[in-house]
Amino acid sequence: MIDIPLGDWVESGVDWLSENASGFFNGITVGIDSMVTSLETVLLFPPDYLTIIILAVIAYLMNSKGRKVFTKAAWKAGGGIAIFTVLGLLLLHMMGYWEETMQTIALILVSAIIALAIGIPLGVWASRNNAVDHIIRPILDFMQTLPPFVYLIPAIIFFSVGNVPGVVATIVFALPPAVRLTNLGIRNVQQDVVEASKAFGCTKRQLLFKVQIPLAKPTILAGVNQVIMLALSMVVIASMVGAGGLGQSVYRGILQADMGLGFEAGLGIVILAIFLDRVTQALGISRKQVSEEE
Amino acid sequence: MSKIQVENLSVIFGKRVKEAQELQKQGKSKVEILNQTGCTVGVSDANLEIQEGEVFVVMGLSGSGKSTLLRCFNRLIDPTAGRVVVDGNDITKINEHALREFRRTKMTMVFQHFGLLPHRSVSSNVAFGLEIQGIDEDTRIKKAYDVIKTVGLEGYEEKMTGQLSGGMQQRVGLARALATDPEILLMDEAFSALDPLIRTQMQEELLQLQEKVQKTILFITHDLDEALKLGDRIAIMKDGYMVQTGTPEEILTNPATDYVRAFVENVDRGGIVTAGSVMFKNPNAVRIKQDGPRAALRKMSNQGVTSMPVVGENGKFIGFVKDTDMKEMEDKGLRDIEEYMYSKEEVTAVTADTPVADLLPLFLDTDLNLAVVDENRKLVGVVVHSSVIAEMIGKERDEVKQIREEGGIDL
Repeated sequence: MIDIPLGDWVESGVDWLSENASGFFNGITVGIDSMVTSLETVLLFPPDYLTIIILAVIAYLMNSKGRKVFTKAAWKAGGGIAIFTVLGLLLLHMMGYWEETMQTIALILVSAIIALAIGIPLGVWASRNNAVDHIIRPILDFMQTLPPFVYLIPAIIFFSVGNVPGVVATIVFALPPAVRLTNLGIRNVQQDVVEASKAFGCTKRQLLFKVQIPLAKPTILAGVNQVIMLALSMVVIASMVGAGGLGQSVYRGILQADMGLGFEAGLGIVILAIFLDRVTQALGISRKQVSEEE
Repeated sequence: MSKIQVENLSVIFGKRVKEAQELQKQGKSKVEILNQTGCTVGVSDANLEIQEGEVFVVMGLSGSGKSTLLRCFNRLIDPTAGRVVVDGNDITKINEHALREFRRTKMTMVFQHFGLLPHRSVSSNVAFGLEIQGIDEDTRIKKAYDVIKTVGLEGYEEKMTGQLSGGMQQRVGLARALATDPEILLMDEAFSALDPLIRTQMQEELLQLQEKVQKTILFITHDLDEALKLGDRIAIMKDGYMVQTGTPEEILTNPATDYVRAFVENVDRGGIVTAGSVMFKNPNAVRIKQDGPRAALRKMSNQGVTSMPVVGENGKFIGFVKDTDMKEMEDKGLRDIEEYMYSKEEVTAVTADTPVADLLPLFLDTDLNLAVVDENRKLVGVVVHSSVIAEMIGKERDEVKQIREEGGIDL
């Protein structure tokens, strides 16, 4: 039998890259690191109680949009999540995890924003070009099914330890739904609407921005929600390469067999997950749907 | 010159187009070409001329290639061979930029399933064509409101299209197509998705609208009644081929093939076929002052008829005479047939373009034939009862004979 030393090849490839492209990776490291730290600073700058109120108000407004702010209908739609946000964050604050919680939010947001900035344009491209679609599809499968621990190793080599390799690993893991759902959303736009728009003389750009993206918006935003949730599910794994936040507390709990620490921090992640999910799910509900319900 | 000319237009879908074209030239059928090359023939060697301001209807069943043909006009589908010439420009040759300009200003389209933008209001949908031309918002919304008024949707301008019924949505589609002031409207089964009552109403409104706007309209339908109602001229398509082109009346009275004949068989012809096509042309007539009862009788017996029209100077129709009356005159030795002539209140004359449906009631209280006259009241033909009945029931003589054999009682 022929012996294929694939592992060796990968290793030497990674070595070659870390030696020859170190400038590039350093640039990325500095960029991501400064994004995470500045977002952390912003989140931790106002008094803690004010931050809680701001986040609760965001949750309330997102979930009650399309309705007048201080009405029963708005309260019915957004009141629950607002109260949950206040109580949940207060609990985290009182347990002494405030700083970790804000670090986690910063990590997730930075990862998600970069993943979306790469994923949505890729999805648009894939939706208009079948060749691109065929190439990207297996790569996405690869990214989603490869165990994250495997790419944590090169991440450390390229970006050393800390928040940055965590963010990079999170991006790799959370990127696929942005591409897939953008692609799907645009391809599923009714063909007769696309045909009609062409018949009226749309350019490709007009077709994309005036017709396809607006009509694919609910699907694309479902992708945004998925990206954020996947990013959140990576926080514990990312903490293994030194990313901070609640994930690190959980990880420490595991290492020290500290049941209480692990439970508290784990509960914090669940609270964050519910908050982020409700807020981003509300993105996909359009004003039109709201007005039809009423 | 005609507004649109279609010359030898063919559309073939598939990979082995060249081979398919060869087979097509050899006169092979759509099925044979599909079996041999895997190519689907959409349109086969179509030729058409469409005049400015006319409503031209292309009629055919699903799969006949009519929608494919229509899409060649604005190149939503690129034809495989042939030309589409609009105002002297071959639009199959123009580049992308010119094509876009052409679609924006000259030719717009109305779709079967409306193709409206569900995330926009009615007025914003109507203004869409203007918006992509880069016309500023105030101007285009003002124009949109005008057009919305024209199609009878006043008051719905700021509604979302999803809140409207099918008929109203199609009015939005029509308004959108009219908003850019195009010269040509393509309507692809525009009323087929609507329920029958609304469809009839929309057809009538389209005709009224056409009176006002005088566009060149190319209308696609699978419904013959709709085609006959709307079309100034009709082309019938089958399996990608143009089977017959003509006015509704020509198609009904003179079907080119068995296919067309089978199609038009069950149509309500009364409103379309006119006196002109069921009359006997240049009939023999009794001339007043010149012919006496004897001459009249001889003319009638030569023709084998029992009554005959009477004409005055310049062939002007003035009345009818019956053979029994002429005999009586002869017996009495009278000369002036005017005394026994049926005229004025007792007889009716119609013009050649009167629909047959309107002729039937005229037979109710007379056993005389109908005279057909031109604008100078000159006699041009005679319509007899039996032709009108035959036309209304739309049956051939053989079929009538068969009915008689099956259902009649032997005496």
